[in-house]
Formats: sequence, C-alpha cells, structure tokens
Amino acid sequence: MAEYSAFSLLKNALSGNRDWKPAWRKPSPKASYDVIIIGGGGHGLSTAYYLAKEFGITNVAVLEKGYLGSGNVGRNTTAVRSNYLLPQNTRFYEHSMKMWENLSHDLNYNVMFSQRGVLNLAHTPGQLDDLARKGNAMRHLGVDAELMTPVEIGRRVPGLDMSQQARFPIYGGLMQERAGTARHDAVAWGYARGADRRGVDIIENCEVTGFLRDGDRVTGVSTSRGDIRAKKVAVAVAGSTGRVMQLAGIDRMPIESHVLQAFVSESLKPFLDTVLTFGMGHFYVGQSDKGGLVYGGDLDGYNSYAQRGSLPIVEEVMSEMLALFPSLAPVRVLRSWGGVCDMSMDGSPIITTGPLPGMYLNCGWCYGGFKATPASGFCFAHTIAKDAPHEFNAPFTLDRFSRGTVIDDKGQGPTPRMH
Amino acid sequence: MSPRRTPSGGRVNRLRTIRFTFDGTAYTGHQGDTLASALLANGVSLFGRSFKYHRPRGVLTSGVDEPNALVTVLRGEVREPNIPATMVEIHDGLTAVSQNRFPSLAYDVSAVNQLGGKFISAGFYYKTFMGPVIGPLKGTRFWMLCEKIIRRAAGLGRAGHAPDPSRYERMNAFCDVLVVGSGPAGLAAAHEAAQSGAQVILAELDPCFGGSANWSGETIDGEPAATWASDVVGELKTHDNVRLLKRTTVWGYYDGNTLAAVERVSDHKDTPAKGAPRHRHWTIRARKVVLATGAFERPLVFPGNDRPGVMMASAAMRYANQYGVLPGEKIAVLANNDSAYRAMAALAKAGARIIAIADLRQDVSAACRKLANDAGAELLTGHAVISTEGGKKLSGVKLAPFSATSGVSTGNARDIGADCLIVSGGWSPTIHLASQAGARPVWSDDLQAFLPPETGKGWIGAGAFNGNFSTAEAISEGFAAGRNAAGQPALETTALPDIEPAPLDPNPAPVFEIKAKGKAFVDFQHDVTADDVRLAHLEGFVSVEHLKRYTTLGMATDQGKGSNVPGLAIMAEALGKPIPEVGTTRFRPPYAPVSVGALAAERFGDLKPERLTPMHDWHLENGATMYSAGLWFRPMIYGGPGETIEQAYVREAQATRETAGIVDVSTLGKIAVQGPDAAEFLDRVYSNVFSTLPVGKARYGLMLREDGLVFDDGTTWRLGEHDFLMTTTTANAGKVMQHLEYFLDVVWPDLKVHLTSVTDQWAGAAIGGPKAREILASCVTGTKVDNEALPFMGIVHGEISGAPVMICRLSFSGEMAFEVYSGAGHGTHVWEALIEAGRPFDMVSYGLEALGTMRIEKGHVTGAEIDGRTSARDLHLGWMLSKKKPFIGSAMMDREGLSASGRLELVGLISLDNRPLSGGAHIVEEVDAANPHGSLGHITAACFSPALGKYIALALVSGGKARYGKRAHISDPLRNRFGPVEIVSHHFFDPEGKRMHG
Amino acid sequence: MLITCPYCGPRDVSEFAYQGDGNRTRPDPASTDSEAWNAYVYDRLNPAGIHNEIWQHAGGCRVHLAVVRDTLTHEISSVRFAREHGTPTHSRRNHGAKA
Repeated sequence: MAEYSAFSLLKNALSGNRDWKPAWRKPSPKASYDVIIIGGGGHGLSTAYYLAKEFGITNVAVLEKGYLGSGNVGRNTTAVRSNYLLPQNTRFYEHSMKMWENLSHDLNYNVMFSQRGVLNLAHTPGQLDDLARKGNAMRHLGVDAELMTPVEIGRRVPGLDMSQQARFPIYGGLMQERAGTARHDAVAWGYARGADRRGVDIIENCEVTGFLRDGDRVTGVSTSRGDIRAKKVAVAVAGSTGRVMQLAGIDRMPIESHVLQAFVSESLKPFLDTVLTFGMGHFYVGQSDKGGLVYGGDLDGYNSYAQRGSLPIVEEVMSEMLALFPSLAPVRVLRSWGGVCDMSMDGSPIITTGPLPGMYLNCGWCYGGFKATPASGFCFAHTIAKDAPHEFNAPFTLDRFSRGTVIDDKGQGPTPRMH
Repeated sequence: MSPRRTPSGGRVNRLRTIRFTFDGTAYTGHQGDTLASALLANGVSLFGRSFKYHRPRGVLTSGVDEPNALVTVLRGEVREPNIPATMVEIHDGLTAVSQNRFPSLAYDVSAVNQLGGKFISAGFYYKTFMGPVIGPLKGTRFWMLCEKIIRRAAGLGRAGHAPDPSRYERMNAFCDVLVVGSGPAGLAAAHEAAQSGAQVILAELDPCFGGSANWSGETIDGEPAATWASDVVGELKTHDNVRLLKRTTVWGYYDGNTLAAVERVSDHKDTPAKGAPRHRHWTIRARKVVLATGAFERPLVFPGNDRPGVMMASAAMRYANQYGVLPGEKIAVLANNDSAYRAMAALAKAGARIIAIADLRQDVSAACRKLANDAGAELLTGHAVISTEGGKKLSGVKLAPFSATSGVSTGNARDIGADCLIVSGGWSPTIHLASQAGARPVWSDDLQAFLPPETGKGWIGAGAFNGNFSTAEAISEGFAAGRNAAGQPALETTALPDIEPAPLDPNPAPVFEIKAKGKAFVDFQHDVTADDVRLAHLEGFVSVEHLKRYTTLGMATDQGKGSNVPGLAIMAEALGKPIPEVGTTRFRPPYAPVSVGALAAERFGDLKPERLTPMHDWHLENGATMYSAGLWFRPMIYGGPGETIEQAYVREAQATRETAGIVDVSTLGKIAVQGPDAAEFLDRVYSNVFSTLPVGKARYGLMLREDGLVFDDGTTWRLGEHDFLMTTTTANAGKVMQHLEYFLDVVWPDLKVHLTSVTDQWAGAAIGGPKAREILASCVTGTKVDNEALPFMGIVHGEISGAPVMICRLSFSGEMAFEVYSGAGHGTHVWEALIEAGRPFDMVSYGLEALGTMRIEKGHVTGAEIDGRTSARDLHLGWMLSKKKPFIGSAMMDREGLSASGRLELVGLISLDNRPLSGGAHIVEEVDAANPHGSLGHITAACFSPALGKYIALALVSGGKARYGKRAHISDPLRNRFGPVEIVSHHFFDPEGKRMHG
Repeated sequence: MLITCPYCGPRDVSEFAYQGDGNRTRPDPASTDSEAWNAYVYDRLNPAGIHNEIWQHAGGCRVHLAVVRDTLTHEISSVRFAREHGTPTHSRRNHGAKA
C-alpha cells in the first residue's frame, strides 16, 4: 500500500497521528559515495531521485548548506508551463510538463499540480503576431496552445481591465491550458522523500567549502561536516553557481546571480483561475490554493546574493498588477521575498558534463527553474549516469556560446538581466 | 447606552455618536472607537471564522497583530478585504461584513471541517487527493476536482471586480532621525532629537500618538501618562523641524537606510477630504532610525484558547482604559507573568468582576497578590486553564493544578463561569524592522523572547523593543536614543521620570503550552495546533522554515506576530533543544500588510507615460485610428466611413504609389553624434563605413551587438564634418542611445564625441510617391529639391511656410520620397503646410498599416525580422558588413552557429489561394492540420499588396534563398489557416529601386 | 540602495542602469582571438562579496560609473567615473586597420 493515501490518513488519524515516519532521514555523511549532488533544492533532489529510480544509482548523497529546499524551489511563483518559442526549449519543457502530469502519483506525494492554464496577454497587433508565432511553434511540436480573443479573455478572467481606454488595451492572448501551478515546497519534499526511500542520503546543514582534486579531476568535496569522496560530483546550486564554481577554481562563468522578488497578497476567495502574464512590462500573477495572489515582475537588475529586494521594483510590480486589475488596489500585500537567480547569457539553462573531469553542472535557470524540476533532474541524472546528455538536454551545453549556437528565446543577447 | 460601555473613562469622545453597520446590522459607537471596540461595546463577541476549521472567532487583540477579527470594508462596489477590526476606525456610514462563512457568520456550514480534526492535520493535503492512476480521473484530474472545493473553502475575504476609484499618492522624505513608534520611548526620542535641531519624522501606526501611554493607566511625574504624551506631542508640533505622521505604518527597511511607510490618510473617513488620497506611500531616507516599536503580548497555547471571549490581557486593558469598553463582565485570568495583573486591575477598576486568576507559576510576588486581593479575585497559583466552555461565546473555563516543569495539569479540575478570559504568555519585542535590516536576534532566557542585537548600523532601539518593558526605562532609553541618533553626546546622568504604579517583574515563567485534551491553537487564523507542530516534528519538518511551510504557522495575515515564539517553543521541546537552537525566522517586508494601491501610488491608472508626436492632435482630428507602439501612439489608418482596416490601408498605399502620401515619422529615434571623432565613432559602431560619407548626404547603416547578431538599423545623416544625425528604429531608440553611450564613456573614452538624444526635438514627416517632389517643390523655399540639388540620399535645408526644415531624400516606401524634419514646435505647422501643398495632387495621409504594406512590398526589415536572433546574412544584409575595419560584433559574427546551414533566412511569400496571410503563421512543406509538424519558419509580417494585387508576406524560413520559386504551405493551427504559398525573394516590388531613384 | 553619483550626489538606485561586470577586458578590436572574445562577451565574474561593476546614471547625468559594491550586503564602497577607473580601454591607435 502507498505510504500516503486517504486510507493511511484515516488510519493515522485514528491512532492520533503518532505513527508517521519522517519524510526523509537525517543521516550523517559517509566517507564516500558514487555520486555527490551539491544542492538540496528542487533540481538536486530530483536528480537524486531519478538517479536512483531510473538509473539504479542509489549510493548518492545530496548536500545542502541550509535546510532542504531553502533556495529557489521554495521562493518562486510556482508556474509550470512549456510555452516557449524555440524548439530546444519547448521540447525540454514539454518533457517536463509530461512528467508533471504524473508527478504526484510517481512520488506518492501530492504536489498539487493544477492545470489551470497560463495566459500570455498581447497589447498590440504586433504582440499578438509574436504570440501566434510562439503558439504555432508549440503546436508544431505537439504542444497545446490556443489564441484567445478579448471576449474570451474577459470571460475567463473577470476583473481584468478589458476596456479600450486602458493604457495598454488587451488585443488577445495565448493560452496554454495544460500549464498551471504546483505547490512548490511539496515538490522539494516529495522528491526528497522519494530519493530517501530509495536509499539516497540527504544531508542538510552541510556546506561545501572546497573540492577534492586529483590533478584536474574532481574526486570529492570538503564540507562543513568533513571531506566526502565521490566518483562523480554534480553541481545543482542555482543562484549559488558562481560561488560554488569559484571553489573549483572557475571564477568566470556565463552566469550572473540576480535577485528576483516575489509577492503574495492576503488570502482571498477564488479570484483568478489561471496564471496571467502582462505583455507591456514584466508581470505575472496566479492564485494559490490558500487564496493568496502570487505575483512578481522584473529582476532588481543587479548582481546580488542577498535574497533581499529593492523598493523601486516593488512599486513597479504593484502598478503593473493594477493596470490589469484596477479592483485590487485595496487588497493588501502580505509577504515579499527575494530569490537569487542564476541568469545565463541567453536565458537558457546549462546541463552538461564538466567543465572539469569528474564534475557535472546544472545551472543557468534564470527564473524558470521551478517548472523544469522534473526534466532537469531526469536529464541531469541521465548525463551523470551515462556521461552523455539525454537528447532533451543535448543543446544546453556550456560551449554553445563560443560556438554561436545560443538558445535565446527572448532575443536579448548576452545581457543576463534582460532574459 | 451600549451594554458593555463603561459609564465613564476612556479616551473616546462620548459626545459624538457614530453610526455604522456590521453584517447588515446597524450599531453605534463613539469617535475614537475602532470597529472592534465599538462592536465589543455593543456586546458582539463573534467576529469571524477561522481559515481551515471555520471555527467561530472573537477578537483576540487590540491592534495590528489581530489574527481572528478580520472584516471586509465595503465602499460602494469596492471591497477592501481582510482588514483587522482592531485597525478600522469607525466613521458614519462605515459598512463592514464578516468573512469566510456561508451562509452567515453564526451558522457556517464549513464548520463541519472541525469534525475532520485529526484527518486534516498539518500537511494532510500532501498525502491524499492524488486520485487513481488510470481511468478518466488519472493524471491531475482528480486533484483538480478536489482543488475546486478546497479553494472555495479556503481564502478569507473576497476581492471585488469594481475598479477602485480612490487616489493613492507617493511622497519622498529625508530626515536626520526617523522615530518609529510614538509610545513613551518614541516620544522621548523624538523630543530629544527635535531639541537638538535635527530633522525628525515621527511615525505612529495608530490614529493617536502616545502608544501605551493611552491605556497604561500610569502617571508620569504625577500626570496621567496620556496627558504627558499629549504634552510632548504638543511641544513637538511647535518645532518646524518635526513631521508627525499618525496612522502610518513603517513596513519596510530597505538598503541605504531607506524606509517605506504607508499613511492611511482617509480610511477613517467616509470620503477623503478634498485633494486627499486614500493612502499615501512614504519613502523615507533617514540618517538614523530610532526603533521604538514596542512589543506584542503572546498568547498561551491551551485547549479551547480560540473561543470568542478569550482575549490578550493587554488588549482587554486597552479596551477598558482607552475605549471605555469591557470585554466581559465576569473575567477569568490566565498568566505566566505579572503583566496580566495590571490588566486585571484595570478591568476591575472599570467595573468588571474578576472571578479567578490562574497563574502558571507556583510563586507569585506580593505585589501581584495585593493586586489580586484588591480586585477581589481568587488567586490560584500553579494552576492552568485546561479547557474553555461555551459555543460561539465563552461561558466558562476549566481550571486545574498545573506543573510548569511537565507542562501538564494534575489533580482535580474546577469549572468557573466567566464570559471573558484574559491571557498573558509573556511579551515578544517587535523586532521586525531590525530583522529586515539584517539584525540577528538574540534569545533572552529571562524574558523568554528574542531581543534585537544592541544596535544596528543605521538604527538605535529604545524601550520595549529592547526588552525593557517599564515606562521609566522606555523614557530614559528614548531620550538617550534620540540624542544619539541626532549626533548629540550622551548625558552623564539622566533623571528618571517618576512612574506610578511601580513596574512589576517583566520575566515570565518559561511556559508556552498547557497540555490537555482538545485543540490548542498556536496560529489562530490558520488553525495550526500544538499537535500540528508535533506532527511536523515527527515527520522531520524541524527547521523553522520547514515548520512554517509544512504547517503554515505564521503565514497568515498577522504574519505570526503572536504565534512565532510559542510555535518555536513547542518544536524546541519536541526536539529537546533550547529555543534559540531551533532558529529564528528572518522577517521580511512588509511588517504589516500594505495596500497594493499605496505601493503603486500615482502609477495606479497611469502605468506608463504616453508619448505623443507633435502632430498627434491633427491625426485625431483627421480620422486616424491610433494604436500604441511601445509608449508612443501612432496612426494605424485614417479610415473613411465604412472602410475596413484592409480597405483603408490598401487605399492609402495605392494612393501613395499613384500620386503621393505623407506619414508621421517623428517617433524614430534621433541621436545627434557630434565631435571631431564622430565619423570614427560611427565606423566602429556601424557595420558599414561612415567616415567616407560626404557632408550633406545620408547613408543606411546597420548595427550589430557584440555577439555579432543584428541590433538595429537606420539612416545617419552627415550634417557637417563633425556633425551627424543618427536615426534608429522607434522601438530601439533608448537601447541604441545607451549602447552608444556605454562604448563612448567606458570603452573608448578617448574619442571626442558627444551624444545627444534629440528624438523629441525634431518632428518628422515622410512624403513619398511620384508627385512627392512636385508637392515639396511647391511649398519649400530657400532650396531646390530637384535631382541635382537633392539627389538620392542628399540633404538640404530650407523653409516651409516660414519654418526652417531639413529635408533628406530617402525612402522606406520605395517611392521617390523625402523626410522633412522641423523643430518639434513647428511640426504641426509644417505638416499642415505639406498637406495643403499636397491637396491639388490628391496626396493622402497614411498610417502604419500602409507604411508596413509598402515596406513589405520592398522587403525592408523591421523589428519583426530583427528579433535579436537574426544575423545580417540571415536578412541578406551581408553586403553591409565591412571587411575593411573592425566594428562592434565583427569578431563574433562568424562563429560556426551563425553561419551554419539551415538558419532561418528572410524570404517573401505569395499566397497562392488568394487568401490573407497572418504574422505568426508557420511554413511547412506539407500540411498536416490534424498533427502539425515540420515547421520551416514563420511569417514576420503580412499584407495585401496593392502593387502586386496579392496577399504577400515576409517570412524567416530555413533554407531561405534555396527555396525561391518553390511551393510551401502556411500552417497556422492557432487560427486554422492552411494553404499554399510560393517562396520568393523578399524584394517584391521594384527590386532595382527605379521609383525611388526617379 | 543609494548610489552617490560624483556629479549629482546620492541618488536612488532606480535612477541607475546596471551595465554589469566591470572586470571584463575588451580584446583589441582587430584581434581574432576567439577565446578572448568569447570570454569578454559571455563570461562574467560573479562574486558573492565585493564586485567591480559598471553602472550608468541613466535617469540623471548619464555618466558611467565604476562602482565597488558588495553583492551580499549591497553596501557600496566606492563610486568613480568609469572612463577613468572602469574596464581597460582602447585608444584609437590600437583600434586596428581602417579603411
């Protein structure tokens, strides 16, 4: 019987909820492993899970410097979608989407993936053409997408300012119905539990302080809890990529770490049944099952590891929300937080072997890492297990910049803060 | 007389009666009442329903930390949800309704959730609702069905759909000293800082200054504390270096000692005063901040601690002393510290009966015993409340002997009748702002509380914020902090004020929970119980953040102000660790919820500036349909009666090609590039050569980014040896300017060039068509415009209707065409003169659609093709890449990926089924409508070409040139448009350029 | 965050545009060293701590500034003109061959 089910809930309720097991063990690090994964966030944990589940590699440790899931997996606006323009991205994220669709069952953990749709708004005929280009690109890869007329949008999203007098009137939108939201923490916990039950050691409060080397080859890590050796060392640390790679002597990367703020309003009764993105600025909003509107906008725009945001962006994001929903002015913001994003030079991720022998790198998620969690873990596990990329992450190399095969969905060029 | 209003006392204005409604029932209160105090005065005890179990809830506190009594304030159609009743000042016409109940507050069907009890414990939703793995409810379907029901039950208030007509505004302020909080400590600090001449801002979140002085019942140097406070405020008002902000919550502490505050200017009024906003958002830059933010009293965790009638002791005292309201008539007390005795005494003095005091401690000081005795209360030391009785209203409590060491009750329980239980579990300093500023709190075993570190970089603390809870300490620390913040030396000795009555012992017994049967709440609003915290422990969610996230403890609208420390304490006990080892939460902005409107302020309803060309009004008056292009507004068409968009642009384009047309091009970016090295600079930034351009001529230029992809294009005019006027695309004007400035200032500072953005200084009109020259000749003076004086790409200066103009003969439409620039102020004048001159020739004015049509016919590229991914060669602009010099992008443009085969290249398409083509449609070799695949590329722009009489398009297609003459298909599943096209060169019309060369 | 522009005085961060890593060296324009160009265009120092950056006072005097800032605390320790203290620059002479 599954560990978690309505029946197990009932059984435990009757016995006073005294028999639940820890979601994951708290083991001490062993002296060596087959694979060490640095980073106990969504991607690190899903990598460990798929290494064990798909590739039979269970002698694995996940090292997390703080508490599990303390990075971006618990600091995002929870959107899951595969509405990309470029085929390399669409294929990868669609693979992820398909994994999401069965993730709760696979993990026996309800990650609450709610396919309530993601709707991109267009405010000029030109923007609508751009969205049509993207939507058609998706459709040609077998991914769902539909154009919506203003009338349909108004019906789907009551409260949205559909007037022609709006500063940026809404001309239409592109909807991906299969997209939606998930419960971010549950993803981290579900993967952690799944990996743990398959024998992976998840070691919290274990900060990597250096790499053990044999010549060029990486043979393990030094940590705040001692040296740990491994045949393979994988790095999946998102916003901390610069910091960790520096420990390996690599101080320049096609990555900048930027802070991105997110906001949640006080709990409201159901107000918004989809995820919405604004086309004249950078703004997106959804509603959590608890009722908070979860929303965000642009990066603060400068390198930061501080997980703290600045005031001008707060004001910008709020004014964008009111441009869409003028009835929300009296609603109050409850919390804000900052996450550190590893912004890559073309806005697309890096999942690759190297750059040192014995090392594997997963980074550059910009602010789209959450939805990638299943596919990222799966492809990274494949790359680690086989020493070669899966077809879905084959384009996401580190040398694509020097080769000129960048994957620039936004067409912004090497200005990371613009992606 | 309201049933619970005391006959006298309090600081409400009893001469002024205010009428308001709650859940449709009319009530009265007095000026100075909050909604909470007024409803309590009317005997109301049920205020709301909790989040998960929908349990009946009363009012627990008297301030911003209120978790239970949340209401929605209605202003016409506009809804303001989730406002604590404790923070709503009543005013005539106030309409408030309760939340999260159906059909009514008293009878809420969702209260059935309580029966779920242990089944719906913390995190239960992670363990179920996954549904079957096969069948119609597989995948996410079952969950999404459940989710609908869960979402409806969750959430608190309802947001409306009616736009909020309120105005919100923003203010910036600078000061030497910002004092946050106006209790005795804050007032003392503001007073001292003001004395020294410093610029001072004093911010108080309540409607009146004074903080605890308004309800402590103390005397300061023989005067009632409230009088002392109003005297200090009175004096502060005489200083013109002091700004007093009441109803102002300082909610954020940002980098550089920038603090964010929201002033609720008009919430306490039916309609704002003339010119007044609803909320005013303050950005305050303070040299120093004095944090005098006080402390919150903590609840105790025991079964039934959420029943309406259970109230924080300090809140009860405040209701009695400040509002003249008794929260109950028969009062029981539960405390682990002395402060509740003061509250009890105040209630007794105000006329309530104190039935019994259950003190968790075995030993109680003589002072407390005396207070109990004076109040006629039975004092039960070493006792606890182990349950509460009553339905939606407290009717009694069960007391039992209690051991503070084991946390459980022993021996026989006793029932006591009471309609109000006041509770004190100790105090937590309000350290949120210091935490936002990066301070790491320090645990105090004495106070059983997290204290701020001694001082921060930008702030100084005073009073209860520091854990010094007596008024005497508050005032002396306030004085010291005020002097320090203002840069004054400390005084060697400070005479302490004389406070009556003398302070009691501030240290509580280290007890947070009374373990007994029944639901004992830690987080009231989110229904997190002590058992939930223990369940989190059992399942390994033991770090503070995991505890929070797994149980939702502290995530409610009160942000855990009361529940944070009790929750930690229960986890610490489960772990067998001291509290500080469990950790602390870092507080993040906002300190208390802030309206979205206040944060958007004047950008609400006015998101971005509107950029209008000088001829904007003319366009409107002459029938233009406008649309936005970035921030600009530009004419789309000048439609005639009954004309469709296509009919209009076809007519405009056709007329232009037959006679002449005129279009407003003022939005093009324009940059003056001047200086002795201007030509050299342009050679470096453009891919082609500009240094060879003669004075009086223009040249089309292409810019790449550093990565070798196309950035922007436009013409640049050499007006003098050292004087160029560069034009950019409308969309990229700002980016190009920034790009040029960067290279000039950072990379090549030795170049003597000056850049000036002159986009708004010039009005531009492009006039084209076979008759364009004649029209121009008929109205221009001071220059000839014939082929000799004004050859292709030539520039002349002259006058039109008395206004100086600069004319360049260049063409986007492919016709013989001229761009006429005049000073922006002359724009409409020159435009009208041109229109007048064109009248005999039937010249039309045309909009962007016709402009786009003619450019598609000519195969010119714009932003749709220059999309940040295309190379010059992709766009057949390889001829513009100079081989004679390096330029920005030249080093990177030949990377293998940029010259690989199969890249998308610019081509033309002709519709073979004579139906329209649309931007964003894809191109395939074979149509498969059911299962679209095999995209070769996409259409960037499409139109009906009057010149060709066909629907045509520009497209980026893999293989490009190699497909010329070949057939392909449109595949546009989004719009269900499929059909054959021929791939051709993008130069549809007059490829040799005979027309523009004339 | 406040940045003290040497011309305009302390101004809010919203007036400034970030231009990124100030440690990059633009290769000689005529250089064909593709590794050097790749490093310049795509690689960044990204320290957790003190960082040399280029900012532009875009909402003010538009000058570019070489700013030394801590990416962990956002504290700024130095603001100077980028043209004097920024990225190593190239004179006209080594700009390479010209038509």
